[in-house]
Amino acid sequence: MMIKQFLFVLLILVGAPIVGGLLFGIDRKITARMQGRYGPPFIQPFYDFFKLLGKEHIAVSRMQFVWIYGYLVFMIASLVFLVMKSDFLLLVFLLGFAGVCLVLGGFSTKSPYAHFGANRELMQILAYEPVLLLLAIAIYAQNGSFLISEIFRQDKPLLFTLWPLFLAVLYVLTIKMRKSPFDISTCHHGHQEIVKGVTTEYSGPYFALYHLAEWYEIILLLGIISLFWTNPLWVGILIALAAFLLELFIDNITARMTVGWMVRLSWSVGLILGIINIAYIYYTKGVS
Amino acid sequence: MGLIQRSRVKSPWILHFDNSSCNGCDIEILACLTPLYDVERFGMVNMGNPKHADILLITGPVNRRTARVLKNLYEQVPDPKVVVSVGTCASTGGVFHNCYNVLGGVDKVIPVDVYVPGCSVRPEAIIDGVVMALQKLAKL
Repeated sequence: MMIKQFLFVLLILVGAPIVGGLLFGIDRKITARMQGRYGPPFIQPFYDFFKLLGKEHIAVSRMQFVWIYGYLVFMIASLVFLVMKSDFLLLVFLLGFAGVCLVLGGFSTKSPYAHFGANRELMQILAYEPVLLLLAIAIYAQNGSFLISEIFRQDKPLLFTLWPLFLAVLYVLTIKMRKSPFDISTCHHGHQEIVKGVTTEYSGPYFALYHLAEWYEIILLLGIISLFWTNPLWVGILIALAAFLLELFIDNITARMTVGWMVRLSWSVGLILGIINIAYIYYTKGVS
Repeated sequence: MGLIQRSRVKSPWILHFDNSSCNGCDIEILACLTPLYDVERFGMVNMGNPKHADILLITGPVNRRTARVLKNLYEQVPDPKVVVSVGTCASTGGVFHNCYNVLGGVDKVIPVDVYVPGCSVRPEAIIDGVVMALQKLAKL
């Protein structure tokens, strides 16, 4: 049993970056098609990754390497938590630590651009973290447990009772994927935001590590979304993929917004949806 | 060819720097990114951050002000890197070569790998120059 579980986790750890990289390749292709261009091949992110591995790294500060490894390790750890069907609340905290590592990586350099990016990444964490915490509380209110394995044991999908929080989590997905209108701390495909935001000072192999962490991140986020329909799981995965495509669509039709706007909207819409959701669950089930 | 070398050719990230160009060549570089030419299909992305770039596209003649900036940018690009001077001015100084503030072409300050002539350069010529630079990059 232990060996089987271990192999499964290993499979996910190897498979997640491959699928995540392909998802980003699909993202670039679809974005190009929406803009009337032909677009790069689907495996373009892997070319970028291996090219970056072969480049020289220019050290600006030693600590930034520690923080980028921290970002990667905490991201992998939270993915393992999801795969092992462990505690959802701890997963949210680990995800928070991963974000904080990225922020500290930005602050550990002297570049003002990286500092701006790190400040904005901090605001992004401030915007999405409460919504994820409310999701954890709502899952507890619904199932009586923070455990993800408990979600899998329920016959009725979470989506039926937690649909307001599902909308809020879609919003979190846009913030976490750093797509327009929230590509505030850093951004993709050659867009620029205060040079390159929080990743400005990473070069060569360490920038490749950032990409790797991002691939794990997208799989983790889509995994969290698929928790809304776990029985059968393939419906949840389809919902997650649909959410991903919706995100690409939103990315292409919107412009970048300001930090204040993001936090205000996330806290007003996301938190209100979440609190109403939890209050409704307790109203129908009764506080025990 | 190894995996990393193959990837190098497939994913050239570009840093565009304008010395003191009349903006004719700059517009043509940006034209390469539009749907008509779409260089992103070869993996080329306009980066805007020297630390992530592989290829320096430089337009305009070097003057006394920009020489320092250009040298700085060149040093910030991690190896392996190639430099493409885009346009007559960047290659030789062009019509500005005798001005009191102009040092001349880009090669007066940093080593240049590919010279792309033209005033202003056609987008096809820029893409051609970058492909030549990639051939050089594959051998590095």
